[in-house]
Amino acid sequence: MFKNYLPKSVKEVFLETWGIFDFSMRFFREVFKPPYNLNEIIKQFFQIGNKSLGLVGITGFIIGFVLALQAIPTLQPFGATSLIPSMVGLGIILEIGPVITGLICAGKIGSSIGAELGSMKVTEQIDAMEVSASNPFNFLVISRVIATSLMIPLLIIYADAIALLGGYLAMNVVSDVSIGLYFTQVFDALDIGSLIGPVIKTFFFGFTIGIVGCYKGYNADKGTESVGVAANSSVVISSLMVIIWDMIAVQITNIIL
Amino acid sequence: MDRAETVIDIEHLKKSFGKNTILKDINLKINRGETIVTLGKSGTGKSVTLKCIVGLIKPDSGTVKVLGKNIPDLSYEELQYIRKKIGFVFQSGALYDSMSVRENLQFPLMRNTDLSKDDINKKVEEVLNDVGLSQAIDKMPSELSGGMKKRIGVARTIIMNPEIMLWDEPTTGLDPETTRDISHLIVRMQRKYKVSSIVVTHDMICAKIVANRIVVLKDGTYTDSGTYDELESSDDDFVRSFFEEVKEDENSDLTNYKSSDPEEKSLKK
Repeated sequence: MFKNYLPKSVKEVFLETWGIFDFSMRFFREVFKPPYNLNEIIKQFFQIGNKSLGLVGITGFIIGFVLALQAIPTLQPFGATSLIPSMVGLGIILEIGPVITGLICAGKIGSSIGAELGSMKVTEQIDAMEVSASNPFNFLVISRVIATSLMIPLLIIYADAIALLGGYLAMNVVSDVSIGLYFTQVFDALDIGSLIGPVIKTFFFGFTIGIVGCYKGYNADKGTESVGVAANSSVVISSLMVIIWDMIAVQITNIIL
Repeated sequence: MDRAETVIDIEHLKKSFGKNTILKDINLKINRGETIVTLGKSGTGKSVTLKCIVGLIKPDSGTVKVLGKNIPDLSYEELQYIRKKIGFVFQSGALYDSMSVRENLQFPLMRNTDLSKDDINKKVEEVLNDVGLSQAIDKMPSELSGGMKKRIGVARTIIMNPEIMLWDEPTTGLDPETTRDISHLIVRMQRKYKVSSIVVTHDMICAKIVANRIVVLKDGTYTDSGTYDELESSDDDFVRSFFEEVKEDENSDLTNYKSSDPEEKSLKK
């Protein structure tokens, strides 16, 4: 067979990709089946959202601030500083905000889910749920993936807003711009059509971070070392997937628009 | 009730992991109400057998009939139905560490029954009382000792009123006093809830207290079977080696423990 000629590392990539795809298909098969874990979903919403607000907010602020600050000396010689709000707005909302926040969430939330479920697997807690007929996939995986799919887009919108505010403060370091004028210029550069792509891709980011974290944790091997491996590989794979989804989203958006 | 009714019937069970064959030919029948203790060296497949019974591990060949259903042939939904009648006590207790003791005990009932919140709370209090840990109801697993975790693990299992209990090394890592307490707890649960049990252990104190019958696993198959007294006088060196340790302790009164608990006394044979 052709698979026998593939190097081991390539085979592992294919097997991992198939594993995540198969795990995702199980999610879609089971997501509408009862029991529905509303309390667990709300708990995960809180864990994922509330506990990431600080990190995502600070990161967003710095990105917006630095982006505007870098743009000022570049555009000032051409007398084009009035274009900075539009440039900052487009850059943050279409690209930098979602991708950077996606990567931050892959690190913080992906590793947390991978380590938590990995630890539950190693200490036989997932097996204990399984043998008590409690369907751990339904309870643990579906609640977490729903929570990341809905909460990460909200975190990205929040980060975008803070980043735009950071951009406004950076502009006020060198010139006096009213907040009304700044945001009018930001939103003049954007239309509803151009926002659809970035919004849709954030759901893909959220789903990917949740499903990869759950997959790696749920399938962790025995031993405490596996918890670290699950957390680490969750971050690596979901970060890579965020970049890949972003590339695909840009291509599709360009074709459509 | 038919006392000889077979609840677990394993025939020619075989399981390998890679090139390593763990179970070569396992044959075992367990009748309703019977407690079987499985003895064997570490890594001989005692826990693998339990996991095959509950469907956590799929055997390579052979049949594993539980309450008349062959486990490897069942769909996931059918397996879930059978699992509601089987209790599995893990070596570590396997308590859900993000939940309190109360939530741990409520969890299987909330997932599998339509009981009201009040009824669930009553059952939680009842089983906690059975294992003697009513005071631990609002503690987190991280606040409990090893023995307490195992007791709560037992409580979480019996709360579902299983017909069959599988105990995976229930006394491993515990001091002799706690070992004795857990072993008597097994006997109490046995009598009160009329369950059939398989107890995997290396611990002869536990085996002597709980076993109706002992089976010995060696080289992937059951080689000997009998009561504690029958196997103690076996001609086989391998079988006798398990009893040597307990003979040394014979004067230590651990194996001749008489419970001070009146309920426990009344439950003993």
